Amino acid sequence: MHIVVVGLSHKTAPVEIREKLAVPESRIGEALTRLCSYQGVREGILLSTCNRVEVYAVVDEIEAGYGRIQEFLADAHLSLSSEQLTPHLYWHQGDRAISHLFRVASSLDSMIVGESQILGQIKEAFEVALTHKSTGIILNKVVKKAISVAKRVRTETKIAEMAVSVSYAAVELAKKIFSDLSEKTVLLVGAGEMAKLAARHFIASGVRHVRVTTRNPQHGLELANRFGGTAVAFEQFREEMASADIVLVSTGAAHYLVSEEDVQRSVKQRMNRPMFLIDISVPRNIDPAVRHVDNAFLFDIDDLKARVEQNRGGRLQEAEKAEQMVVVEVGIVRRWLQSLEVTPTIAALRTRVDDIKRAEVEKTLGRLANLSASERELVEGLASSIVNKLIHNTMVTLKAEVNSSEGAAFVEAARRFFSLGDSAVSNVNGSTSSAPETCHPPQEESKDAEEVTPRTGSKTPGH
Amino acid sequence: MAAVFFVVTMVMYFAATVSVLAYLLWPSEALSKVSLGMTAIGFAAHTIALVARMVGATNVSPPGFHEALSFFSWMLILVFLAVEFRHRLHVLGSFIVPLALVSLVSAAALPETAPSLNPVFRTLWVHVTLSMLGTVGFAVAFVAGVMYLIQDGLLKSKRFNVLYSKLPALDFLDHLNQQSIVTGFPLLTLGIITGALSAEFSRGSYLNWNPEQTWALVTWVFYFAVLLGRLTMGWRAKRAAYLTIIGFAGVILTLIGVVLKSHGPVS
Repeated sequence: MHIVVVGLSHKTAPVEIREKLAVPESRIGEALTRLCSYQGVREGILLSTCNRVEVYAVVDEIEAGYGRIQEFLADAHLSLSSEQLTPHLYWHQGDRAISHLFRVASSLDSMIVGESQILGQIKEAFEVALTHKSTGIILNKVVKKAISVAKRVRTETKIAEMAVSVSYAAVELAKKIFSDLSEKTVLLVGAGEMAKLAARHFIASGVRHVRVTTRNPQHGLELANRFGGTAVAFEQFREEMASADIVLVSTGAAHYLVSEEDVQRSVKQRMNRPMFLIDISVPRNIDPAVRHVDNAFLFDIDDLKARVEQNRGGRLQEAEKAEQMVVVEVGIVRRWLQSLEVTPTIAALRTRVDDIKRAEVEKTLGRLANLSASERELVEGLASSIVNKLIHNTMVTLKAEVNSSEGAAFVEAARRFFSLGDSAVSNVNGSTSSAPETCHPPQEESKDAEEVTPRTGSKTPGH
Repeated sequence: MAAVFFVVTMVMYFAATVSVLAYLLWPSEALSKVSLGMTAIGFAAHTIALVARMVGATNVSPPGFHEALSFFSWMLILVFLAVEFRHRLHVLGSFIVPLALVSLVSAAALPETAPSLNPVFRTLWVHVTLSMLGTVGFAVAFVAGVMYLIQDGLLKSKRFNVLYSKLPALDFLDHLNQQSIVTGFPLLTLGIITGALSAEFSRGSYLNWNPEQTWALVTWVFYFAVLLGRLTMGWRAKRAAYLTIIGFAGVILTLIGVVLKSHGPVS
């Protein structure tokens, strides 16, 4: 069995493709059922966001699995053929698939690295998968681990604190002026792209009151509707400025629209409550002299860019730390997965009981010093036969269940009953493992199925 | 026993001060835990020292400046721990813990009060406690003001350094400033009233315009104006920060004056 991921993201596919492939939340359950109906797909989870559509699955055979999942993705949208999808897809398996999931969860693969939404989306996808019983012992552990890795990255690195886009840098600065953005009002002057993006970031950060003004009243009204705000007449916006805590200016005007006096007056009307002014226009629309007004904080595009540059350096360092964490955590999961392989488990079980037997026999024979050689053999034989009988059923069951969908669960159980495994593995095992739920009811479809051998390299032939 | 715990407190606060100041300059957050731990241990030791002293006192002694400053330091840390617990504002410690240390060292430099049986001084306890609580409010307002001005300066000059990332939002600091004065002012008012009552008992007049009484009244009028200005004329943000810093400087000068008068050649 192998963990694989097939999908596309903002890095590989344009939005036209992504939006076609995106599965609406209400239909994810149905899609999962369809995914699991494919031959050789044992477990599956579907992650569909505006920036990525990915299928993580446990499959019997890598190449066949890749094909099935690609088919599944193409089936989701009739106007896209499997071939049309190919150039936009990526395929990973084994360690690389796990590492990919960890990186996605930790927001290392996001458009805005460090954003927190993706973790929530993964949790939701996992919930849906659990509801539809489309995941089993392997994906359950790996996804849970991904969530905990992401949390670790968030708490142990500063990756989430570093704004790396100009529009988000504005939000970050605002948070150093206003502790609670939800009660604040944003006034958007003009309809420049960057300003609109910044306004969207502000709304995402909790701002509820948005006012919009543009030279073209119709346009202003539309924008206001889109942001759930109100429109302000362009001729009056200077008078309205006092009611705004955050003023975002981005127009095509070639001169200053906001003078030092305007801001001075607004701050006075606001009884000295601080004001945050962001001028994203080039040429600038707010007189730079506004900097001298007390309790007014003006930042222009260069200031924001400088902030972003500063953060980018810091973020690289933080991302580096996060990547290392991911590598370590993937290693832990790899060891756990390897422990699910049957052959090494049987060998480990054998060694373990032999060790116990030898120790006990030596202890007993040490006390019975005057036994004859044949009597000693008898004692040894007795011990061997007890031990062999005790583990016989376990061995047989393990061998028999290798190819069933519950094989991994049996191996895991054997490992825990006989305490086979290192501390790192038991660390993964720490979470309560639920009863194995698989896509397929156990069935005899896997005559040529492979042993549980996740590898990083190419496909492993069956035994 | 009180003396031993007092020394422990001082050592802990000293170590914590070094740690909180290093925290200001160091990008890592790890030091905040160390500092908080040392402050908490110091605070516990201080509490024991104060209780032991109260229990150990066989007769009613009037509170001296040693007790007052020690109590002031204890209250400061209590307020800090409360704010830290509620808002996780580690950086506040970088400003308050050093202030508490200075106050404690000043307390140590002053002689402990000699026992006295004069019943008049009983009311003095109330007066001193209330005045000191009011002063704690002003001290926190002062600290919030200093932090406000630093953050304001960093934002204006666009210097996004470690300090910038650790200081909280401006409006939070302004709010802390306001809350501290709103809390401190009524306490000081009560402190002055009880002080006047004590004076009436001991000297037969509520007010005889001696320098410390005069200064106390000036301080009261000043903070009254600060509070009124904030509510009616928008004296908030930067102006409030400046005013509370000036006000606290006045409070400190009053205290020094009073202490020198009592312990110096004047008395």
